[in-house]
Amino acid sequence: MWDYTDKVREHFLNPRNVGEIKDADAVGEVGSLACGDALKLYLKLDEGKERIVDAKFQTFGCASAIASSSALTEMIKGKTLDEALGISNQDIAEFLGGLPEEKMHCSVMGQEALEVAIAKYKGAAVPVHGHDHEHVEMEGEVVCKCFGITDQFLKKVIASNKLHTAEQVTHFTKAGGGCGGCIPRIKELIAEVMGDQPKEEHKKPAKLTNLRKMQLIQDVLEKEVRPLLWADGGDLELIDINGNTVQIAFRKACAGCVSSGHTAKFVEQKLREYVADDLMVEEVEG
Amino acid sequence: MREIYLDNNATTKVDELVFEEMRPYFCELYGNPSSMHFFGGQVQRKLDEARNRVAALLGALPEEIIFTSCGTESDNAAIRSALEVFPEKRHIITTRVEHPAVLTLCRNLSKRGYRVTEIAVDGEGRLDLDELRSAVDDDTAIVSIMYANNETGVVFPIEEIGGIVKQKGALFHTDAVQAVGKIPMDMKNSTVDLLSLSGHKLHAPKGIGALYLRKGVPFRPFLVGGHQEKNRRAGTENSASIIALGKACELAMQSMDDENTRVKALRDRLEKEILAAVPNVRVNGGKTERLPNTLSVAFEFVEGEAILLLLNEKGVCASSGSACTSGSLEPSHVLRAMGVPFTCAHGSIRFSLSRFNTDDDVNLIVRELPPIIHRLREMSPFGREVLAAN
Repeated sequence: MWDYTDKVREHFLNPRNVGEIKDADAVGEVGSLACGDALKLYLKLDEGKERIVDAKFQTFGCASAIASSSALTEMIKGKTLDEALGISNQDIAEFLGGLPEEKMHCSVMGQEALEVAIAKYKGAAVPVHGHDHEHVEMEGEVVCKCFGITDQFLKKVIASNKLHTAEQVTHFTKAGGGCGGCIPRIKELIAEVMGDQPKEEHKKPAKLTNLRKMQLIQDVLEKEVRPLLWADGGDLELIDINGNTVQIAFRKACAGCVSSGHTAKFVEQKLREYVADDLMVEEVEG
Repeated sequence: MREIYLDNNATTKVDELVFEEMRPYFCELYGNPSSMHFFGGQVQRKLDEARNRVAALLGALPEEIIFTSCGTESDNAAIRSALEVFPEKRHIITTRVEHPAVLTLCRNLSKRGYRVTEIAVDGEGRLDLDELRSAVDDDTAIVSIMYANNETGVVFPIEEIGGIVKQKGALFHTDAVQAVGKIPMDMKNSTVDLLSLSGHKLHAPKGIGALYLRKGVPFRPFLVGGHQEKNRRAGTENSASIIALGKACELAMQSMDDENTRVKALRDRLEKEILAAVPNVRVNGGKTERLPNTLSVAFEFVEGEAILLLLNEKGVCASSGSACTSGSLEPSHVLRAMGVPFTCAHGSIRFSLSRFNTDDDVNLIVRELPPIIHRLREMSPFGREVLAAN
């Protein structure tokens, strides 16, 4: 069972502002039946068309999607459009006393619907995300085909929530949660976005004895590298460790693969990330 | 609030009679059944009795029963044994709707160089036997196909499947965790080589299972160590739980009729009254032979987790094939394999009954469920035409 806060539970059982506003000034719709959740947000503005005087929602989704929608409408009532745009998905989650990480995409959906509603009202380009069913022109490259999510939207969520792993990106946006085929691309996007920002380093031991280093190298190959190769039908074997040179031989699909050079680089990158900066990977026949 | 428990395919209540039977084997009769002294030896006799009882329920010989720690262990032991017995055979056949205990293992093995075929099902959850016929070949080490599906209750034609498998000399394993105690079985006249069962699905405690291994079928143990279970499963016997499983099997035999008459009638009434009270509903696997206790029902335009949590407020325990309850993002692999439309795959709820359910339980659900669905549909941006039309 999900560990929902009392506030999530309360907003789910007694959601505020359910329904539609017939003469709404702005409407934002995101999600779809296929995705498993969807939100339609209605905004009514004051006479000066500056301040949100009423907000209502219709949501198809789980308890946290309903609670996030309810929270969002409560948070934006009385705010100016600019103030409302300042609300982030973290703010929605915080309002609810937190959401399980697997459910963070519900708060992202709320923030997205708000952004779409306001952009459409202002006649601006509708912000690029993926899975709306308004059929707006989507900019950017579709990364996750299962949920129809673009790179631009992913980059935004990665940056604003400081996401470091593909799993987190899935929890926040759903991307990668279907067939999983786009996970390598998501990892690239994380590297691209977070590469510019100070990222949490894996705790690399400052000084390693030879024995510890060898153990760590083996460990990283077993846990971080080989499972990824298996997924593509490949494999590798550790042949020897000579000083800072790690000798590996590719097996199965990786053996003789034209891009094994890239794979070797990838292995090196992983080892440098987890073990020591000066490691080099050498491909050998073995 | 009284709990209305209709989640018996997830786990069951331990029958009080089962608990009474196992109780003395914790603090009083705690001896090791392998010991030379009478204090331990008397436990061995109770284990023999339990083995006889499990065998009787399956129509098997006592020596064909191996006690394990759970259904998952039985599944793993069966499949891994077959691969060790036939090291030259590199092909495994299973189905797309299998329990993760089998499916995840097979998918892991496929990464280790085994060829794995997952047989498809149709919209009613029926297995494509022609696909099985053409898939099984001389390279096939084992075919592992569940007896009955845990999510939909759909029962597979096990003997017909076994006939196909045996033509090619592969071993046939069935995960019968949901079927044992609900479907009469007679291993003496069966094509099944290995069969898994789990205690906690039939009113014994969690943490005990068994593997039926046909006499004469070669076997390699999964756990190695001591000589327990005739060298087929090492580790000190979980005596209290084995004794409990034996008692549970004896009771299951006695209540098999009740499961297939009274419990089935309760399930049928629940299904009929939900269909009558709520528009835009479909029964997953409803046109197929199903377990007498299982109802998987899909509500269009609403999401399963929300239904479950609102049912929970009324004390009703059920489960869902929805993505949101499991933390995954897609609906259950079973419903997807059946091609259940997305409009309702997210809104599938499973009710699974047991002999402890009553008319009152069904009455309460039939009363409380329709307003819950109505409320969620009113909240949903979809399906408003449906509401308007009704």
